[in-house]
Amino acid sequence: MPALLDPTSERSPTIRPRLPRPADLAGLTVGIVDISKARGDVFLDQIDARLQARGIATRRYMKPTMARPAPLALRQQIGTEVNLVIQGLAD
Amino acid sequence: MDAPHDGLIAVVKHDCPTCVLTVPVLAELAQAGALTVYSQDDPAFPAEIAGRVYDADLDTSHRLGIEIVPTLIRFAAGQEVARTYGWDRTEWERVAARPNLGATLPATRPGCGAKNLEPGILERLKIRHGQTGITARRIALGTGEDEIEAMFDRGWSDGLPLVPPTEERVLRMLTGTARDPQEVIGLVPSDLVPATVEKIAINAVMAGCKPEYLPVVLAAVEAVLAEPFAMHGVLATTMYVGPVLVVNGPIRRQIGMNARGNALGQGNRANATIGRAVQLVIRNIGGGRPQEVDRATLGNPGKYTYCFAEDEEGSCWEPLSVERGIAPGKSAVTAFAGYGLQGVVDQKSRDPESLTRSFAECMKAIYNTKLAPACDAIVVISPEHERTYREAGWTKQQVYDALYRLTEMNGDDLVAGAHGIAEGGPSSYAGRKIGKFRPGGLLIVRAGGGAGMFSGIIGGWSASGERGSAPVTREIGN
Repeated sequence: MPALLDPTSERSPTIRPRLPRPADLAGLTVGIVDISKARGDVFLDQIDARLQARGIATRRYMKPTMARPAPLALRQQIGTEVNLVIQGLAD
Repeated sequence: MDAPHDGLIAVVKHDCPTCVLTVPVLAELAQAGALTVYSQDDPAFPAEIAGRVYDADLDTSHRLGIEIVPTLIRFAAGQEVARTYGWDRTEWERVAARPNLGATLPATRPGCGAKNLEPGILERLKIRHGQTGITARRIALGTGEDEIEAMFDRGWSDGLPLVPPTEERVLRMLTGTARDPQEVIGLVPSDLVPATVEKIAINAVMAGCKPEYLPVVLAAVEAVLAEPFAMHGVLATTMYVGPVLVVNGPIRRQIGMNARGNALGQGNRANATIGRAVQLVIRNIGGGRPQEVDRATLGNPGKYTYCFAEDEEGSCWEPLSVERGIAPGKSAVTAFAGYGLQGVVDQKSRDPESLTRSFAECMKAIYNTKLAPACDAIVVISPEHERTYREAGWTKQQVYDALYRLTEMNGDDLVAGAHGIAEGGPSSYAGRKIGKFRPGGLLIVRAGGGAGMFSGIIGGWSASGERGSAPVTREIGN
């Protein structure tokens, strides 16, 4: 039986553990990311209003297009400005 | 092989008339001592040389780098100092350092190709001698394991059986390109892993490609991995699309692609396997699999393979590749994020105005007659429809201009709720004309069989152009 050559990237999957979920949002800043899907803003506006009503700081971001990954600069900006992120993934 | 410290080596094969011709000379040299004769194909040849050696596995020939037989080599102090091949009396006298060799033979006679270079044999020799340069992991299958099933089990398949990518097949595939096997063509989504020529070749073997298709596959992979194509989005979308490949230039005929009858259908190896290879690259190198990162709701059958050639010879218009900036006479592939085929049946139009209106009305239906702008599209014009334009003297640009104009739609008809259909555009569409296609979003090609007034439209992705995927054309190199 001949050996076959591996057609894959040969990367063993790396499981990166999620950051621990905060027990409380008090004192944290929540990033709200609109991926530019239709009516995503309607959902995210509601979330934003509810968080603010509880005194939680929010910051809003928007991907230029849902069809492409977020630009690196935007990902870096979000990573440096907020503690956690909420996205609306589908319309 | 035991190379003589001092002396001569001759490599011959019985199948070669020039080798047979030189037997008396070999016998003379053997009698004088210090000649070892290796036979590539017949242990009994040459019968006149008692101490002949049968190079059954061709390892000696391979180590000596024999390309032509007969080859005569002189060693001195363990080093090769002289070599000749074929029969050339002067050369043999020089290498053997003896005068008056083969006085009854003609002065020269060309040799024959060496057996160790024959297709299939050379690959096996390189593998045995560890000279392939292939770095991919070798996966040894268990005894009795069915290799086709093993590939299914490992998740490499698109659902159809694959050709097992043995080292020998991959090595042969790599002869189809002059590029370095470790050259990186691009980063493959969704894992953003470098696609090397070698990994692409492995997937091309599995897809069923011949080595001469590999340059097309490489250019196609380069096209879909180019930033404007947005392959990650094309993969991840819930919509139908996948890469559709249109091939132009001389390579179409060199590798026997189909641009005529059933051009978009089954039955042509190059069309079928080139498109499949690109899909396997996304799946296996990039890790883009259905119901994982590929979120397509329905997908489309073209996600197995969707590749065809333009019928340039029959067309009165410039090829798609030339229109997109590739020099005439060069081969190129255009990647388009598309799906399916919507027919355009018009058997009665005999003037370009009527025919174009037919095309436009059919094209307005892409996605939904209530949606505009919708997506980009390839318009595949059949020979009998193209004839109508040709006879009327229409340029391709005239067809483009007419199609953009005739597919402008009344905003009143498009508004959500109009005609009793909730789907539709915003109320701001009312009273305006809305284009069904973005400027530059249409691509016209000619393909298909000679009979049938049946053209086709390949719809695109709603995220077209800069906000999503734009068509990408790449020249096919070597």
